[in-house]
Amino acid sequence: MGVMHAIFSQLQGGEGGFEVYFLSNRMETKEFLMMQGISKSYGGTQALRDVDFSAKSGEVHAIVGENGAGKSTLVKILSGAIQPDTGQILINGTQTEIDSPQFAHRLGIRAVHQHFSLVPHLTVTENILLGDMPTGKLRWWINWPEAHCRAQEIIEQIGFRDIDVRKPVSRLSVSQQQMVEIAKAVEVKPRILIMDEPSAVLSQEELKRLFALIKQLKEKSILILYISHRLNEVFEITDRVTVLKDGALVGTVRIQETDRGDLIKMMVGRTLDEVFPDRHAGSGAEILTLNGLGMEGSFENISFSVAQGEIVGLYGLIGSGRTEVARCIFGAGQPTSGEIRLNGRVVRPKSPRDALKAGIAMLTEDRIRDGLVLFLSIRDNVSLANFQLMSRLGILNRRRQNSLVRSKVQELRIRPPEMDRLVRTLSGGNQQKVVLAKWLLARAKLLILDEPTRGVDVATKQEIYNIIKGLADSGMGILLISSEMPEILGMSDRALVMREGRLVGEFLRQQATEQNLLACAAGVIEKSGGG
Amino acid sequence: MSADISTTKEKGGGAYFSYLRKRWFPGGAVHGRWVDYAFIGAFVVAIGIGTLATEIFFTEANIRNLSRQIVSNGLISLGMLIVILTGGIDLSVGSIVALGGVLSAGMSDKVGIGPAILIALFFGAVVGWVNGVFVARFKLQPFIVTLATMGIVRGFVFVYTETPLVSKHPDFRILGASSVGPLPVTMIIMLICFALIWFFLNRTPTGRATVAIGGNKEAVWLAGINVQRTIILAYVLSGLFSALAGAILVSRLGIAQPSLGIAYELDAIAACVIGGAILGGGGGGAIGTFCGVLTLGMINNLLNLHGVQSYYQEIIKGAVILLAVLARRKER
Repeated sequence: MGVMHAIFSQLQGGEGGFEVYFLSNRMETKEFLMMQGISKSYGGTQALRDVDFSAKSGEVHAIVGENGAGKSTLVKILSGAIQPDTGQILINGTQTEIDSPQFAHRLGIRAVHQHFSLVPHLTVTENILLGDMPTGKLRWWINWPEAHCRAQEIIEQIGFRDIDVRKPVSRLSVSQQQMVEIAKAVEVKPRILIMDEPSAVLSQEELKRLFALIKQLKEKSILILYISHRLNEVFEITDRVTVLKDGALVGTVRIQETDRGDLIKMMVGRTLDEVFPDRHAGSGAEILTLNGLGMEGSFENISFSVAQGEIVGLYGLIGSGRTEVARCIFGAGQPTSGEIRLNGRVVRPKSPRDALKAGIAMLTEDRIRDGLVLFLSIRDNVSLANFQLMSRLGILNRRRQNSLVRSKVQELRIRPPEMDRLVRTLSGGNQQKVVLAKWLLARAKLLILDEPTRGVDVATKQEIYNIIKGLADSGMGILLISSEMPEILGMSDRALVMREGRLVGEFLRQQATEQNLLACAAGVIEKSGGG
Repeated sequence: MSADISTTKEKGGGAYFSYLRKRWFPGGAVHGRWVDYAFIGAFVVAIGIGTLATEIFFTEANIRNLSRQIVSNGLISLGMLIVILTGGIDLSVGSIVALGGVLSAGMSDKVGIGPAILIALFFGAVVGWVNGVFVARFKLQPFIVTLATMGIVRGFVFVYTETPLVSKHPDFRILGASSVGPLPVTMIIMLICFALIWFFLNRTPTGRATVAIGGNKEAVWLAGINVQRTIILAYVLSGLFSALAGAILVSRLGIAQPSLGIAYELDAIAACVIGGAILGGGGGGAIGTFCGVLTLGMINNLLNLHGVQSYYQEIIKGAVILLAVLARRKER
């Protein structure tokens, strides 16, 4: 109790004191957080094996590794969600046992999780100030004006002005929710801030603001642990990077002393010469044509086409309407104007069922929310869109079902290759492969992929890219939606750019560069380069 | 949580156990933990206590009696299970039992027994369809919708007859009284229904979709499956089975009370939950529910044999439900 109290008071100690301390020894300061010999196993699986990890205050420290490398476990241990089997944690030189999330909070450790911990039907204000709402004089009632004011201040402080704090969180976009999540963590002035894939749902513009915020927090000597799959971000914002692989530490390096290739090599244990496969586009007849498609309140006058064997990339910031366009083509949303032509014939899918019948399949953005039934097996999940292939007179033909599913499991190298495996026990990359398998079996003519590699490790990404290329080579038309610039540039034969519900640019593969696309998406230039 | 392979690794059981699991629960709508099979344990314990507690328990007469008693709850629970699997609940089953009972008794004088039962089944299905349409198409809460139809249907039953109906048809009680060998005919009907529903849930596209809807409705819809129709079908089946239960019950009792079936929804939900179903979707199956029905039936039977007042029976049943739900609460 005494030790705990000591740390506690030290951490709570005036901000000024900290500033002075760290300003004076910014560079040669000793490690603020040390984790030594951390091991953790679940049942027979060793999730972490004797991992040493340390980080300084005022440092942005990246933790990278493939899915299943042990990043989440390390973070969970630090945030008190689970306890390590062996090993010790030292915070500011004092040994500490973080035995609950509550205690972690009191130590000043906050985490912004990949999956949000927001209460959807409460306002932004309540979510940010939860448990700390300003009250009136007699403490009976909530002082709403003050609460909104404070929430607004916090939101503005972190550089995200355009959120109405009076709105319920459920009415915000995913990226706005992410910002609220960040605001919530920053509000308590943490000492250690853990950010688990914070950029997954953010657009480039929002990412810039996030980075500005991170720099600001760094100035206040907060230790930021940044977990991300995107190496670009790691190079842009972090000071040091720690690589984990299969639960063990590979090493910690200063960011100036490494490069992309080295890091990938450390992560996967081998070099990836080229993440993106070579492409020789040979496109055929047009499969999909949109003529002035519009949906009130989200996009208008969208016209483009996708040809046989062509990969068309659709780039845009979050909120640009790209997902909505895709959902309309797939029948999950209803356009209010314009027409969709499939193989020259006008179609108007009223539901995903209609779209599938017409030969359109779509891999949705959020696999957990609308792609998978987590408590069912791989077999059931892959079968879901393909029952007509594997049943007669309303009865499933088990043999046929098994052989179809097995062929896809092998083709996509889903690990472990057990059809009875519940999907929730798979890693993110393998879950994504299950969704992909489902749509591959559907043998669509047009495949829409909305963020197909979100939250997927580098090696699996490459596999998915190869699959996509294979599909295009076999004559399928592909509409690839992504907010990852390299993905659009590396994969697409033609890149389209959307901004604020309008199509603002079209580039052929040779013309498409990072600068072009970004400038277009951010509204600096408007250009129609392609034919 | 789901990103971590190791946290959710399947535990328990040897190779044979795992074989059995895959053989009988191919859908994997179970989590592979011991509590998923706890209903088997509860079932065995109930039999053990029964055998030890009284000699009458394992007599042929008592077993026949027991099997007659559980038939109606068995059928209602089966319908309830399908609805629970879609993430819903059906509170109107008790009223539909009464509707099926009075219609089959009242109509048998005029049109004969067979047609009377068909009429009862038809109206049971209609009520189920109404439930399903309100839930699936108008997106209302299943709890509220079926609470409302529970009242409405009960009202209609009393409009139809205020006094208990006794069928004048000479053969009216045959269905409830006859047996093939040691098995009552009604029991055979129930077993067939369970087998059909087991097949439906595990071996048909619509059945698999039903199970999947309880887990992620959005994903199922985006997979091109007609979610509305599947949910409506679940409620129709529930109405159908409840009406059948009503007809069988009235045939056994020989009299159709308009107050028949009050609070039957509790027994049905209890049987499903004891049998491993998770309210809100995400677990449960025909075999589990069958065990749940038997276990609940044996508890009632034992308490009856020991002359325990029915009020105590309610208390014990309630406690068993709480225990079952506690064992199955979803891990966060």
